[in-house]
Amino acid sequence: MGSRLIVFLVPIVVIAMFWLLARYESRKGVDPTYKSFFERNGAVLSISFILLVAFWLLFLIVLPYLYMVVESFHPKLPPMKRGGADDVVTIEQYKSFFVTPSDGTWNTNHMLAFVYTLVASVLVTLLNLVICYPLAYFMAQSGSSQQVRLLMLGLIVPYWINEILRTFALRLLLASRGLINQGLMWLGITDEPIDFLANNTGLYVGLSYAYLLVMIFPLYNAIESLDKNQIEAAHDLGAPWWKIHRDVVIPYAKPGIASGCTMVFMLAAGSLAAPQFLGGPNTLWFTSIVYDFFFQAFNWPRGAAYAFILLVACIAFVMAMLRLFNVKLGEAIK
Amino acid sequence: MSAGVELDHITVRFGNFTAVSDATLDIKGGEFFSFLGPSGCGKTTILRTVSGFLEPTVGRVRIGGQDMSGIGANKRPTALIFQNLALFPLMTVAENIAYGLRVRGLSKRERRKKADELLDLIALQGQGDKLVNELSGGQKQRVAIARALAVQPKVLLLDEPLSALDLKLRQHMRNELRAIQQQVGITFIYITHDQGEALTMSDRIAVMSDGVIEQVGDGKAVYNNPTTPFVASFVGENNPFAGRVSQADAQSAVIQTSFGPLLGKNPSGVKVGDKALLFVRPESFSLSRGTANTTLQSHVKSVAFEGSMTHLYLKGEAKKDIMLTVGRHDQSRVPEQGAQCAVSYDPALGLVLPDGKMARE
Repeated sequence: MGSRLIVFLVPIVVIAMFWLLARYESRKGVDPTYKSFFERNGAVLSISFILLVAFWLLFLIVLPYLYMVVESFHPKLPPMKRGGADDVVTIEQYKSFFVTPSDGTWNTNHMLAFVYTLVASVLVTLLNLVICYPLAYFMAQSGSSQQVRLLMLGLIVPYWINEILRTFALRLLLASRGLINQGLMWLGITDEPIDFLANNTGLYVGLSYAYLLVMIFPLYNAIESLDKNQIEAAHDLGAPWWKIHRDVVIPYAKPGIASGCTMVFMLAAGSLAAPQFLGGPNTLWFTSIVYDFFFQAFNWPRGAAYAFILLVACIAFVMAMLRLFNVKLGEAIK
Repeated sequence: MSAGVELDHITVRFGNFTAVSDATLDIKGGEFFSFLGPSGCGKTTILRTVSGFLEPTVGRVRIGGQDMSGIGANKRPTALIFQNLALFPLMTVAENIAYGLRVRGLSKRERRKKADELLDLIALQGQGDKLVNELSGGQKQRVAIARALAVQPKVLLLDEPLSALDLKLRQHMRNELRAIQQQVGITFIYITHDQGEALTMSDRIAVMSDGVIEQVGDGKAVYNNPTTPFVASFVGENNPFAGRVSQADAQSAVIQTSFGPLLGKNPSGVKVGDKALLFVRPESFSLSRGTANTTLQSHVKSVAFEGSMTHLYLKGEAKKDIMLTVGRHDQSRVPEQGAQCAVSYDPALGLVLPDGKMARE
């Protein structure tokens, strides 16, 4: 167990860091009226603030993740052997993502699923942006308050229903003999049912729908604070509507767009229900693989390793995109 | 290139509310024309109708003789300067100025050249690469003007653009705006609630109240010969005295007020027995007795020394005080607070108008 115990040193380090920060801050005050953290809140409150934040950070966020990181660097062992001589630090779990451990060939299956998951998540994010931008613009700038309230209600109410139910409802709609196919055939648009689930239409629709609100609200927030006069000024200077959006609204809403896209991309790449229930039979979503390692194969170290590969790749991708579009991380998470 | 603007029986309604009713005006090309009125009088609505953001409910706007019905704001030969300027915060000064040219598809070089020309005009040479928020209030003001002028409008519309500035800068910008207007020679339509701005800058002024144009004329006409009680009381300070007309002829009229009979000019032809108002401006009074029907007596409620002049407040009808402005040459004769005093005015500077709505204090 030795290497796993390091994890429990972290709380002490973090609490010490908070304490040092508070101390350092008290010395920083050049202004004589400046009050340090301890002076402002009193000793009891200050200590409880530090402890509460530390508890939240450590026990709910840092420790569980850290434990999984440590786990991912260990071999899969039966409980009896944990902490024994075989329990060494190893990168075999990460290696197994690239090379199949049993036969030493390239693990194309998993790598393809990984790439597919990222690409599909990007597509879902773009689809969501295209759907949400006009809606958010309408709600923020041109709709009457009555219309905005109704639209808001229509957007939020479906989320009172749980995800599984929503996903299955979509599945029913999109099934071969579902409402949509029957409607299409009745209208004579198609002769035989289109298999929306096999061709992954269901997957995209389901994922986009699941994260609609996550995209709309950052966009709405960003666009709502735009001064209407700027839109009118651009119009008055001769800009047609699309140039107003290109030159005034979108640059202004860029942080909101970045924020919405980041969240939708992260959530889509890590989603489980929609790909499980709406994906085609040949679609292997990366989180499903992770899920199977944890709950089918009981191979927690390998599942953890896969999950971290996904996490790091997603973070790297998001950072690269923020860089590309020249958005500061601070703006995107505002 | 300038163009005249004709308002042809313009009425604008929002639901049951009539913002502008039956406004007809002919603004000449190259004129500096102001709409003056209190907030909510409909002047901004008129401006938005001319710029194309609003279609009038009834009537037509013609610019340079051409009917503007159905032509959007982006296709009209007008440019609007907003009250809050509405500069684009994410663009540089030069990009702001050249935005109208960018949407017209001019090349980057042409845009830059034009922006530099305009930066010269507004005395901000070499500051094109700054961000808008790095400029001071007055500089932003000038950038907004340059941005509007860049598209070479035939009519420039200004919606109280000076209201956000402090007093000194505001007075300075008045002169500057006037100078720019004369330099570029296009029609300026200026919206303001500040009569000082309207009087100093404009060729002509339309005074508005509750959606109606009360009077159109140059500054002197509006100040010296107001045609309605609203204009008389809104433009500049004025002391109204209410009463019934006891004598009247084509030139003058006497009305019976609580201060006795008072005489004034009678341009609107009030008749004996009409309810009427006599207006005498604070600076028209002198601190001496005149003839019986140009003299009034009251006691001094307060005295306010303001350097170049002294304001004197006498007890007036009901709650309203009579305000007098005394210049320096008469300063030694200013009475003490609480003293009784008799003041008179030149009857040529008293104005009798039929009773009507006045500006709210």
